[in-house]
Amino acid sequence: MSTKRMMEPFWWALFGAGGTVAALLVPIHLVLHSIATPLGWVSANTSLFGHPLVKLYLFGLISLPLYHWAHRFRYTLYDLGVKGMRQPIAVLCYGTAVVGTLATLWILLRV
Amino acid sequence: MNVPRPDRPKVFQPQMPASWWLKHPKYFLFMLRELSSVFIAIFLVVFLVQIAQLPRGQEAYIAFVQKFNAPGWIIFHIVALLFALYHSVTWFEAASKILVIRRGERRVPPQVVTAIGFGAWGALSLVVLLLFLFLRS
Amino acid sequence: MNEPTVTLQVTRYHPEHDEAPRPQLYSVPYREDWVVLDALNYIKDQIDGTLTYRWSCRMGVCGSCGMMVNGVPRLTCAAFLREYYPQEIRVEPLTNFPIIRDLVIDMDDFMQKLRSVKPWIIREGDRPLEEGEYRQSPAELEYYKQYSMCINCMLCYAACPVYGLEPEFLGPAAIALAQRYNLDSRDQGQAQRGPVIASHEGIWECTFVGECSVVCPKNVDPAAAIQQAKVTTTNAWFKSLLLPWGKR
Repeated sequence: MSTKRMMEPFWWALFGAGGTVAALLVPIHLVLHSIATPLGWVSANTSLFGHPLVKLYLFGLISLPLYHWAHRFRYTLYDLGVKGMRQPIAVLCYGTAVVGTLATLWILLRV
Repeated sequence: MNVPRPDRPKVFQPQMPASWWLKHPKYFLFMLRELSSVFIAIFLVVFLVQIAQLPRGQEAYIAFVQKFNAPGWIIFHIVALLFALYHSVTWFEAASKILVIRRGERRVPPQVVTAIGFGAWGALSLVVLLLFLFLRS
Repeated sequence: MNEPTVTLQVTRYHPEHDEAPRPQLYSVPYREDWVVLDALNYIKDQIDGTLTYRWSCRMGVCGSCGMMVNGVPRLTCAAFLREYYPQEIRVEPLTNFPIIRDLVIDMDDFMQKLRSVKPWIIREGDRPLEEGEYRQSPAELEYYKQYSMCINCMLCYAACPVYGLEPEFLGPAAIALAQRYNLDSRDQGQAQRGPVIASHEGIWECTFVGECSVVCPKNVDPAAAIQQAKVTTTNAWFKSLLLPWGKR
C-alpha cells in the first residue's frame, strides 16, 4: 500500500464536475451576459446578484470549470509534446485554478 | 521497455511529430475539443471581472458591460460560444460511455444517457433564461 | 485480356542494407473480392518474395495482420481493395511501433504491458472440485463480455496519439483487458491490477481521444473501459479518503 496518496483521481473528479457545469450552464450565460446584454437585446439584470443562493450558484458556475480547464490544458500541453516539465505544468495549471477560485470567492463576497 | 535484442540489430524507431494532431481530421477535432476549455475559462474570467464592478454601483456595472459590445469582444464571444457548444455536445456523448447505469439486469442504453444530458442542458438553459428575464426588482 | 490493376505503395525496410523505411510501388490485379492481404500475398507469391509481413487466419479473429492502410489502422484481411480502387493504396507498418522489417513491427512492449495487467482469473484460493463449477448469470457475463472480444491486434495502439507521445502509457487494449478481468464475477484480482492500471502510466495518461474505439475491429470500446476505470478508481479514492475505516 503506497504511503503517498496519488492526487490524479481528485483532479479528475474536479475536471468532471467542472466540465459538467460548463456543458450545462456556460452556453446560456455566455449568450446572456456577453452577447445579448452588450448588444442591447436584453437589459442587464443585477437584482439577483446580491442573493446568497445566487452567489453560491455563481461560485460553482465560475470556479468549477476552471478545474476543467486546468486538467484539460495540462494534458493538452503533454499531448503537444511538452516533455520534461510535467510537474511544473501540473502545478501551474491547478495553481491557476486555485487562484481563480479564491478570486471568485473574494469578489462574490464583496458583491 | 525496449530491451536491446541482438537478433534485431537495427529496429527503426519512428518519431512522432509535434504536429501529429494536424495529420487527421479526427485528431484536429480532438484538439478543438480540448481548446474549448480555454475559451470557456476566458469567458468565465470576463464574467467574473464584470461581477467585480457591482460594488461600484449599478451604473458602473452597466457601463462596464457595455464596453463589451465592441466588435472584437462580440466576435470573440461568438467564437467562445461555438466552442462552448462543441464542448457541451462532445461532453454528453462522452458521458454516455463513462456513465454505466444499470437498472436491475439491464443497462441504460448510451443514447438515453446522452438524451438525458441534452434534455437537462435545454431545461436548465430555459430556467436560467426565464429567471434572468423575469426575476427582476 | 487486360485485367484491371490497382497500385499498392508498400513500406520496405531491410535493416541489413536500408537506413530507413522507404516506399515501393507494386501493381497487383484488382479483384472485387480481394482484401489488401490478398494483394500482399500476391506480391509475395508473384512479384517480390522478400516482402515480409504477419498474417494468419485471414478472417479477422487472430489479430496478426494489422497495418496502416491509407493512414488508418486496419486488419488487412478486412480491408477490401474495392474500398480504395482505383486510387493507390498505401500500406505501412502500424504507427507508434518500432519497425523490425518491412511491415513487421516490434510488439514486445505491448506483450510486456499485457502481462503486467495479469490477464487471467485471479482467485484468492481455488475452489475444490466438490464445490462444483463457478456459475455466472447472463447479466454478470454482460458486465465484461465486450472487453473479452479483444484479439490483441494493436490497432488501438496505432490509433492512440498518447501512446505515440508517451511510450510508457499502458495503452487501450491492456487496460480494456484488465477491466475484462476486474469486471468478471469469478475474478478476485482487482487489488493486484489496481496499482498497475491506476498508475500514472495507466488510465490517467488517457485524454479520451477515442480513436482506439473507432478503429477496433471487434467493437471492444477500450476508450469506454478506460473512462469507466477512471470512475471506479476515483470512487474508491474518495471512499478511502472519507471512510478510512471502511473495508479495503
